[in-house]
Order: sequence, then C-alpha cells, then structure tokens
Amino acid sequence: MTPADELMLRKFQKELNAGTVSLVLLAILDRSEEPLYGYQIAKSIEGAWGEGVPVKQGTLYPVLRSMEENGMLESRVEPSVSGPPRKYYSITERGRYVLGDWKAAWTRTRGFVDATLEGNVE
Amino acid sequence: MNNTVEGYLAELRRALAGSDPALIQDAVYDAEEYLRTAVAEGDGSPEALEAALESYGTPQEVAAAYRDAELTVAAALRKPPAPAPKSKLGASSIGRFFGIILDPSAWGALFYMLLALATGIVYFTIVVTGLSLSFGLAVLIVGVPFALLFLAVVRAISLAEGRMVEGLLGERMPRRPRMVGVQGSLWERIKSWLTDYRSWTTMLYMVLQLPLGIIYFTTIVTALALSAAVFILPIAQMAAGEAVIRGLNYGYLISPWAMPLVMAAGVLGAFVTLWLAKGVGFVHGMWAKTMLVGRFEGAPTTTGTTVSAGGEL
Repeated sequence: MTPADELMLRKFQKELNAGTVSLVLLAILDRSEEPLYGYQIAKSIEGAWGEGVPVKQGTLYPVLRSMEENGMLESRVEPSVSGPPRKYYSITERGRYVLGDWKAAWTRTRGFVDATLEGNVE
Repeated sequence: MNNTVEGYLAELRRALAGSDPALIQDAVYDAEEYLRTAVAEGDGSPEALEAALESYGTPQEVAAAYRDAELTVAAALRKPPAPAPKSKLGASSIGRFFGIILDPSAWGALFYMLLALATGIVYFTIVVTGLSLSFGLAVLIVGVPFALLFLAVVRAISLAEGRMVEGLLGERMPRRPRMVGVQGSLWERIKSWLTDYRSWTTMLYMVLQLPLGIIYFTTIVTALALSAAVFILPIAQMAAGEAVIRGLNYGYLISPWAMPLVMAAGVLGAFVTLWLAKGVGFVHGMWAKTMLVGRFEGAPTTTGTTVSAGGEL
C-alpha cells in the first residue's frame, strides 16, 4: 500500500467511525450489567477488536460526554484508589429507545451496503 | 521520548488553547482518568504508559475530537431559542424589547438572582466557618483532615455552582470536577491544592456571593414589586373609590386618562426587569467563569515535566 492509499484508508475508516462509535458505545453500555467507566469501555473495545483498533481511545470520551448531554447516558463519579475519581456511565431509558432506532438504521444500512458490494443493486 | 502523564496533559491543554476553558478542564479530566488507570494497571511501568499514550491518541487528535463533539452538542442544545423571538414578534427593536419575555435565558437569570441570596448565605457560612476552623484547629491533630475536608467541599461546590450557572445563565462551565495534575504522597497533593490559585478564587467567589446575592435579590424583588404596584395602582384606586397614593394629609388621584399609561408603565417595568436580569446574568456568568474555572495559560503545571514536541507521541 502506498502512503497515499494508506492515508485515504485512514480517512475512510475515520468517517466510518464517526457514526459507528456512538452505536457501539451505546450497545456496550446496554449489554453491561453495571455502569462502566471510560477506561473499561475502551479496553473492552480493544479486547473485542484485537490488534490495531481503528479508533483512538481518547476520542471515545468526548462521544460519551456528548451522549450524556443528549440524555442517552447518565453518569456518576466515584473515587478510585489508582488515581483520579472515575466517571461511571450507564444507559438511560431514552438511550435504550434511541439504540433501538439506531440498530434498525444500522441493519438497513449494512444490508444495503452488503447488497451493493455483492452486486445485487442495479 | 521522555513522556509523562503531566507532559501529555500539558500538551493537550496547549492543543486545546483558545477553546472554552470549561471544555479544556473536561478534556484534561478524561485524559487523566484514562492514563492514570492504565499506568496503575501496568504497575507504573514506562511501557504501560507508552502503550496508553499510543492508544489514547495524540493530543492533537484528542483535541480535535473534543472540538467536534462540542460543536455537535452546542448545536443540539442551542437550537430552540434563536428563532423563537424573531418569528413571533418581528426583528424590529420594539419586537426585540418585548421578545425578552420568550427568552429562557432572561427567566433563568431572574431565577438565579433570586436564588443567589440563599446560595450566598450558604457559601459565605461554609467558607467563613471552614477557614476559621481550619486555622483554629491547625495546631491540633484533627486540623489537617479538617482542612482537607473543607478544601474538598469547596471544590465540590465549585462544580455544583458551575452546573447552576450553566443551567440558568447559559455560560459553558465544567462538567467534571477540577483536578490538579499531581500524583504522589498525600503531602504533595495537599501542597498542590493549597498552591492552586483556583481554590482561593473559588473561596473569594463564595464569600462575595453573599453581598452579590443580597444586591441581586433586593434589586429583583424591588423591581418586580414596584412594577406590580404601579400596574395595580389605577385598579386599586377604582376599587377603593379614593386616592391610594397618600402623603400625611393629602392624596393624589390618578386622572382617568392617565390610568392606561400608569398601567403600561407597570408592564414596561416588568420587561425592563427581565432585561436587567439578562444583563446581570451575562456579567455574572463571566465572573463565575473567571473565578471558578480561570484560564489555563496561567495555571500551575507540575514543574520538571518534559513536554515532547507536538504530534509525535
């Protein structure tokens, strides 16, 4: 891969992430039994993806924050022994509702993109 | 590369320079939470820090992400107020003057000014009691824990007051508590709290909230009561059948032709009060921002940390 191609790939991946990151974060918090703090969420994404996660973990926090502003998540701060107090996020009722909509939108989009890639769209 | 958590945070601050100080405080908080947790899990080894810095992203990337998120949130939160007054009352200056009644920020500021008396009393009491007890108990063994507790309370109030200022006055304030980028022995942390000028400006803010609260409360109550009284005067005069504006031995009757004008003056007074509240709210928002958040340019960063050159973490 030439450097130019690599740059384009990274840009493409970044654009993909722009939408999917919030969906993934919401889904992780929906599945989780207990509230999670930023580091745990980042680690579980890293664990699931394996080597070379395409999203920088520092960019997850502002997304969490803006979802909290929009009422999809709520948080509480708890002290920790290892360092600064941690902010634990959990999903709200509104967040669950939004997640339902987003899932449907994602499934449709994915189906359509797959169909296009397989040549089923004229 | 001699990277430290403090160095990274300093660089993140620089990458966000020019942004809202409250946004910077939030971003630094998040980064510190992540990096410190990562380092603690790696038992403080330099490799763990290196890996954490690598996966967290460069300060430039992270700063860009916060700026983008802030734009989205600001757009989502600020949409409704803008079109409301215009569409209903036109863009003329008279329309704008009376449009204040639909302006949530004016009502928020009005409410804040009334509330300021209560919060002012509480803040003033806490600071005066806390400071005198801290100094008074300093010679005893309980002095140190008490002073720490007091400082913690001040910081918590700083955050709570910030949330209130943002909610009612619309000034962007931190959504995270402030942290000082110092890790280490208890004594070092205490020292960093004491030398952090924001602890002191916050206390000053809390003390001054009492006189300010008294002024705000009195002004608003007087203005609203005066407006209401002027509005009711003609009605009261008609109901009573005699002059209600009285001196010792003379009364003043409002002439019938002047009655609508007097009532209009009362209504006008209420609108002027709303404008006054909006103005005071704006100024107080800036004041709160200066005292509670401050600017990061002058903030004490931990000395002795090496900050790597931009963009190559």
